[in-house]
Amino acid sequence: MPTITLNKRVLESLMGKRIPPAQLQERISSLGVALEKIEGNEILLEVFPNRPDLLSEQGFARALSSFLGIRPGLREYPVTPSKHIVIISPSVAAVRPYTACALVQGLRLDDERIAEIIRIQEKLHGSYGRDRKRVAIGIYPFERITPPITFQALPPDEIRFRPLDFSHAITGREILAQHPAGRAYGSLLAGAEKYPVFTDAKGNVLSMPPIINSHETGRIDAETTDVFVECSGFQYPVLQACLNIIVAALADMGGRIHSLEMHYGKTKRISPDFTPRNVPLSLDYVNARLGLRLSEQDIPRLLAAMGHGYQKRSALVPAYRADILHQIDLVEDIAIAYGYGNLPPQAPLGATVGSEDPFSRFQAKLAELLTGLGLLEVNTYHLISAAAQQGMMCSSIPVVLLHNPSSKEYDSLRAWMLPSLLDVLARNTHHEYPQNLFDLGTAFRRGPTDTGVTEHQHLAVVLCGERANFTAIRQVMDYLLRMLGVGYQVRAMEHTSFIPGRVGEIYAAKTALGQMGEVHPQVLANFKLEMPVAGLEIDVSGLFSLLQK
Amino acid sequence: MDVQEAIAALHPLERAVLPHIRESSRFPDIVAATKLKDVEVMRALQWLSNKGLITIHEDVREAITLGENGQRYREQGLPEILFLRHITGIATPLESIQQGAHLSPEELRASLGLLRKKGAITISAEKQGTAVSITAPGKQMLQRGSLESAFLAQPFPRDPAALRDEDRYAYEELKKRKGILVVKPATLRTASLTELGKAALQAGIKGGRSVEALTPELIRSRAWRQKTFRAYDVRSPVPAISGGRRHFVRQAAAYIRQIWLEMGFQEMSGTLAQTAFWDLDALFVPQDHPARQMQDTFYLGDGRQVLRGTLPPLADAVRSVHEHGGKTGSTGWQCPWDRHLAEEVLLRTHTTVLSARYLSQLKEFPAKFFSVGRVFRNETLDWKHLFELNQVEGIVVDPDANLRHLLGYITTFFTKLGFSQVRVRPAHFPYTEPSAEVEVFHPLKKSWIELGGAGIFRPEVTAPLLGKDIPVLAWGLGLERSIMDYFSFTDIRDLYRNDIKQLREIRQWMR
Repeated sequence: MPTITLNKRVLESLMGKRIPPAQLQERISSLGVALEKIEGNEILLEVFPNRPDLLSEQGFARALSSFLGIRPGLREYPVTPSKHIVIISPSVAAVRPYTACALVQGLRLDDERIAEIIRIQEKLHGSYGRDRKRVAIGIYPFERITPPITFQALPPDEIRFRPLDFSHAITGREILAQHPAGRAYGSLLAGAEKYPVFTDAKGNVLSMPPIINSHETGRIDAETTDVFVECSGFQYPVLQACLNIIVAALADMGGRIHSLEMHYGKTKRISPDFTPRNVPLSLDYVNARLGLRLSEQDIPRLLAAMGHGYQKRSALVPAYRADILHQIDLVEDIAIAYGYGNLPPQAPLGATVGSEDPFSRFQAKLAELLTGLGLLEVNTYHLISAAAQQGMMCSSIPVVLLHNPSSKEYDSLRAWMLPSLLDVLARNTHHEYPQNLFDLGTAFRRGPTDTGVTEHQHLAVVLCGERANFTAIRQVMDYLLRMLGVGYQVRAMEHTSFIPGRVGEIYAAKTALGQMGEVHPQVLANFKLEMPVAGLEIDVSGLFSLLQK
Repeated sequence: MDVQEAIAALHPLERAVLPHIRESSRFPDIVAATKLKDVEVMRALQWLSNKGLITIHEDVREAITLGENGQRYREQGLPEILFLRHITGIATPLESIQQGAHLSPEELRASLGLLRKKGAITISAEKQGTAVSITAPGKQMLQRGSLESAFLAQPFPRDPAALRDEDRYAYEELKKRKGILVVKPATLRTASLTELGKAALQAGIKGGRSVEALTPELIRSRAWRQKTFRAYDVRSPVPAISGGRRHFVRQAAAYIRQIWLEMGFQEMSGTLAQTAFWDLDALFVPQDHPARQMQDTFYLGDGRQVLRGTLPPLADAVRSVHEHGGKTGSTGWQCPWDRHLAEEVLLRTHTTVLSARYLSQLKEFPAKFFSVGRVFRNETLDWKHLFELNQVEGIVVDPDANLRHLLGYITTFFTKLGFSQVRVRPAHFPYTEPSAEVEVFHPLKKSWIELGGAGIFRPEVTAPLLGKDIPVLAWGLGLERSIMDYFSFTDIRDLYRNDIKQLREIRQWMR
């Protein structure tokens, strides 16, 4: 989740009210923002990813002042049409097809505000913009631009400008290789024949999204009063929402919003569009989902606390809210405004019959029998190293690998459980013997399912101590199957993890259930064990299906 | 305690040890006198002291103890003695002595020098090489032993300040040699008789008619009638034993399962490997959501290609809610949905995947389901992160269900788990709306701790799975975090350390 640090004093001046810290803390958390801490003048927050509009001081203050009742209801953001147009060339269709732009004038910027604008841009890039993949944002000093602006794609070697914080002009291709931003985000243009650029009427490059702005025309400073803002990406509604979030924050800083005409071939769009979205809201639906008896009169007040308007049974959703997909999202906003803490828990609903998964009951029975024999249950991970399953076990058992393991130690799913138990024994050599253990868990193989992996529930037992031998482990198996009333046979088998001649395969109703034997001394040596081990591993899901027949 | 009572309660070891205790009797001397093992004497002394028959005085000071070689020489004999023993005749070849006595070259050299100095041998050069003959003093030494071997045979540790002259000579000699004696701080124990102990000894502590153990023979012959049984000191502690038991996390999980069963829930089960479709897409998680990234989720594959599975016919309905909301009235994510990404096989990131699968098969409601099962996160192990953990999942499918019922279920559950104060805060999950974070009040820490998430499934989730938008209450709670405190753990890895001592000794889950 994105975190932001707010200045308490700035927040209070934006809201026009001072709030005692304890109340502030409680209210912020009730609004649905995770408050990490308030430290002196700094408020550290974690914003849920569905609310990118809260990532700026302005946006957060706006929401909080509505919530606190200081300034509830829908905010008006008047947009005055400008005469300017932005031409979107068909050439961008293949690489970054859309842009939504705005002009904000009459700003008074200082270092603090410029830093805040850059911060908003970065936070939006990192979260809602999915690291510039979904949305790339550019903010430019309009005074240095000669309109009209064109969004077009050009061959990388024909693009030439001085990128931000660089000493000289280089080509688009060179930016990807040489500029830090090019190296960080170049992969977003990988494979593109042409790179997207914003250019002005003089042919100056303003920026090459989603990589970098121009040093000359793409950097705002304290002299800047008018800014050109653009968001580029792949879905126009996403870009509009993101643009509105920034533009609303700039307007809250004192800017005046002007729209531009976006020329997509013959289609013209006016941007930004701050018309509130009309979302029909059913009172019955709200009450049914929340278990409340709100009246028609309650709704406008509750919606107003969340910054929405209301008229004719519809919510008016501000244009900077990106998270209202369905009226259910307004139901949540109403619940937040009502206060989650004010919702009385209601006793569980009518009777249904509980039922345990028959297989989990079966596993509990197995555990009961085994603990009765004095065996200690361990609880091992499903992930283990392929090396422990194969090489260390002197086995070539096929294993399912992780595509992206976090370490070599846990790079595969276990195909069998004995390696996990030997690993446990290896970590416990300093404790008292005998160490007689079992574990119940899942084993994985490739197989014909919708995932291409089959899963079987296994039981593994190890007896480790001076007297661990084939008879002892077979007695465990024999006891278990006798108590379950399952007849079985043991056949000699070859298994390289066990001592030759001291390993048997267990059959019940002609189904091979598993194997048991004395673990080979080479295997013990591989695990650095100096005590004999007799082991047993059976497929208990197979055993369970036999019992069901 | 009465003298006679005390005598009657004496264990055979105590009876063996007590007569050898005077004033400040040294522990090694008692061992030597009783010919018992160290541990036996130690136990007997402890018991006697518990009963007030003796007092034990422990003093830590510099003491002479045996080194590695000293230990060996005490058992096998000093090398020079072994040397003498292997001189079989006049002019025995040195080589045969070395082999016979199993001496290292170093020990051989030392023995030669030492024996020559004492005049115990003579050396001559023969055709075969150096040869050795034993002298009269040598023979005497072989018969009577040396002062050094006498010293080694005595009990250790010894107080260097309390050595007799002949011992002092041997001590100085042996100290020069490698690894025989080590002087280090050691606990010197002495025992003294108390008045009660003296009285007991005077009265005589012979066993007489008291019986140690009841035997089948005593029962059969009825001889027990003529006997009295030695009284045990029932207050004294016993060595700990341990038994077979279930792993404590599974004990807790069994209880949690029982809670949901009592509340009328059916248990769900399912595989750990799942397609992204069921784990994420069916739950309306957008395809560019950060949770799908490699650093958060384990995918199966070979490092070059991710394993791909197959999708059910439901995929078309899921596609349409993602792209434009389908028939739900939602805008959807307004983004093309890529079937290819949904086919990727991963290790389930939450058990909510089971809820999705069960909902897709559900024919009748109301219905309630739960599961307690493993989920996976691509985390590196540390004190607060595991890559495998258990989630407690529950859903309630009911046309009448609402957010307040959700709070009711969760409050009931946590009350049964020992947390009576539960609260929720607004939160966000892609598949629930409203969404809530669940917190319980920790009575000792006096703070709220977050234990999971909950909400009502979005219409974009329920409509494709159930065919219509029916409220489905849902929650996913962290099992590990809910039980860590019961076992007083602060490091989450302690839950799955599989340390046998811990498993043998950890308290039973008692709820």
